[in-house]
Amino acid sequence: MERQAALLLLADGRLPAGGYAHSGGLEPAITAKRVTDVAGLENFLIGRAETAGLIAAAFAAAACIRAVRDDFSDLAVLEAELDARAPSPELRKVSRDLGRQLRRAMSSIHPHPFFAALGDAPHQPIVMGVAAAVMGLGPRDAALAILHENNSGAAAAAAKLMRVDPFDVHAILARMTKRLDALSVRAAAAADGPPADLPSPGAPLSDIAAEHHRRRDVRLFAS
Amino acid sequence: MYDSLHPKSAHRPIGAMSARAVLSSALGPNGSSHIQTLRSDGPLVLRKSNPKGSEPLTHRRPDVARVALAAGTAGPLGGDDYALDVQVGAGSTMVLQEVSAMLILPGLEGAKSQMSITVRVEAGATFVWLAEPIIAAHRCNHRHDVRVALASDARMISREETLLGRHGEPAGDLTSRLRVTRDGAPLYDQQVAFGPARDGWNGAAVLDRNRAVGSVIAVDPGWTEAPPPAHPYHETAALTPLAGPGVAIGAVATDSLSLRRLLMRGVNELGPPWAI
Amino acid sequence: MHDDTTTPQTRALRLGVAGPVGTGKSSVIATICRHLRDDFALGVITNDIYTDEDARFLKSEGVLPEERIRAVETGSCPHTAIRDDVTMNLMAVEDMERDFAPLDIVLVESGGDNLTATFSPALVDAQLFVLDVAGGGDVARKGGPGISGADLLIINKIDLGPHVDVDVEQMVADAEKARDGGPVLALSRKRADTVEKLCDWVRKMHKTYAGGGHIPVDPGPMAPHHHAHDDGHTHNHD
Repeated sequence: MERQAALLLLADGRLPAGGYAHSGGLEPAITAKRVTDVAGLENFLIGRAETAGLIAAAFAAAACIRAVRDDFSDLAVLEAELDARAPSPELRKVSRDLGRQLRRAMSSIHPHPFFAALGDAPHQPIVMGVAAAVMGLGPRDAALAILHENNSGAAAAAAKLMRVDPFDVHAILARMTKRLDALSVRAAAAADGPPADLPSPGAPLSDIAAEHHRRRDVRLFAS
Repeated sequence: MYDSLHPKSAHRPIGAMSARAVLSSALGPNGSSHIQTLRSDGPLVLRKSNPKGSEPLTHRRPDVARVALAAGTAGPLGGDDYALDVQVGAGSTMVLQEVSAMLILPGLEGAKSQMSITVRVEAGATFVWLAEPIIAAHRCNHRHDVRVALASDARMISREETLLGRHGEPAGDLTSRLRVTRDGAPLYDQQVAFGPARDGWNGAAVLDRNRAVGSVIAVDPGWTEAPPPAHPYHETAALTPLAGPGVAIGAVATDSLSLRRLLMRGVNELGPPWAI
Repeated sequence: MHDDTTTPQTRALRLGVAGPVGTGKSSVIATICRHLRDDFALGVITNDIYTDEDARFLKSEGVLPEERIRAVETGSCPHTAIRDDVTMNLMAVEDMERDFAPLDIVLVESGGDNLTATFSPALVDAQLFVLDVAGGGDVARKGGPGISGADLLIINKIDLGPHVDVDVEQMVADAEKARDGGPVLALSRKRADTVEKLCDWVRKMHKTYAGGGHIPVDPGPMAPHHHAHDDGHTHNHD
């Protein structure tokens, strides 16, 4: 039987791993007046899922496959490939901070020796992939968990940052469910190949805005 | 590790062009660089050239190998499959110039076009490549793929600019990937994708409503200890240190001229010998 | 190999400082640092809603070397960061204990929140709750988990009492009643005797903790509280 409940646990925004402090780039986009209404929010979330979301999903799936096989021999390569896909040092740091926090949380929630094998500051998708594996889940689940967590986290921030009806925000999430399913399938399909061939869709404005956000004096979210 | 990738189209209409040009430089005994191989093919025309405007790293130096890439025909068109292999030999310095923008046009039957460029920069070599824009005309369907493999002590600066359609027309479908490895390890890998076949690219996370996107990648082994600090110098442009000895300057803009200015402002932020 | 759950070689007394916005949490921490830095190896973690304002304040006060004051950005959820999802703060404390081992006391300042926000026992060993007279003399009487259950309740800025028509003695008496006789400290950084009492309390807490005699007490989860809904129902805030 598929481990569906474990997937819900990992994808839940209430998993105590510090995700609530981040808006997934939404706050910088709002500050720059690039997102001003619900339609703009939806296009922001879609663009993010298709770029950073797909990358995170593919690397989570790739890490999951390696954990399932108990073979972390190319872990450093995976980490380097993920670094190469994030030009913004701020976004690389956020990913590693969230990765450490997820590892810290999972090490207490569901201890497993794999978590200690992930180096000093593993990227969040790598930890999510390993967490999925130790919870009995597969690469597609790992991809879906991080896609959902990242997407719903940014959407939740919208309610705090924008003048927006929360039902409208969740309507976007409902419309995006098929997209996340499809992205998780693509991510899992790419995950078993060489790390160099993992997808690398860029999001230039996200990188640029993240660097501006770090330098702002007043911000509600860390990223 | 040198990963060569020249994927073949599954389906190519009659009359589609396939071209493979080759270019290499070497260091001569007198310490100056010269062109060793210069093989044009069909629409990909390579010519030795003189300095064209200012250059980072090599400005007006006579001892470097300069080559200009000119398009012999319009295109690529749908179905066309172009490849360019560049090798910058150990210790040599090559400047690759481009004569004009590359206009990507649709072909018959909606077939895909592709262009694949591989660059190998050997030990101690320097590669300067300030490409002209790629313009994704309405209804085009193109895949652009650039792989740069650097030796650990090689230097380079490259610029890529992509325009979303000609003036006043909607963009065609395009994916453009630039992957830079250093000593076999990944340093930069980003793909830009847009067009009617995709979603979200015109949203605030990716390009917003901008019509031009580009980047400059600069790599210098001297930056291993202390890469230049991040500097978001404009609302839509930032200089960012990579996880290795390189920087990416990324920018989006409403038009090609604004994009060029933003990118070159980023290059000038690097100071000498990069600034021009 | 690295494991974030490894307990640092020395584990400091982790002391939380909570309380509503503007009651003087940063100032209490600055006071503790200024008076105890020669006796104890100290570190401070601040929690800020907007950027790292509190950390900057403490650094500008010069009470500790700058690197011993670190900020955690909690987003718009300051109480989440000290109660339901303490991972960020826990890692900040553990990192600091590791980087400056051995530390005696790590002070964790919560972002200013309402009367119901208290630290999880998973994050701190003991906690101070800070009120001030300017917030109104009746606040202490209202109770709530922070007021009734914190290890020490501080009523701050008592020198302002006459200016805001608050009877400090009455406020302290109300607080003691709400706390079933638990310790209440009337504090003004301008009155050396009250500052000394604060320092004494911290010294004693550290001594008890270091001797293994302190068992963390949870002030309790968030109590049911009213929101101004039309139907006026009471519910548990998550």
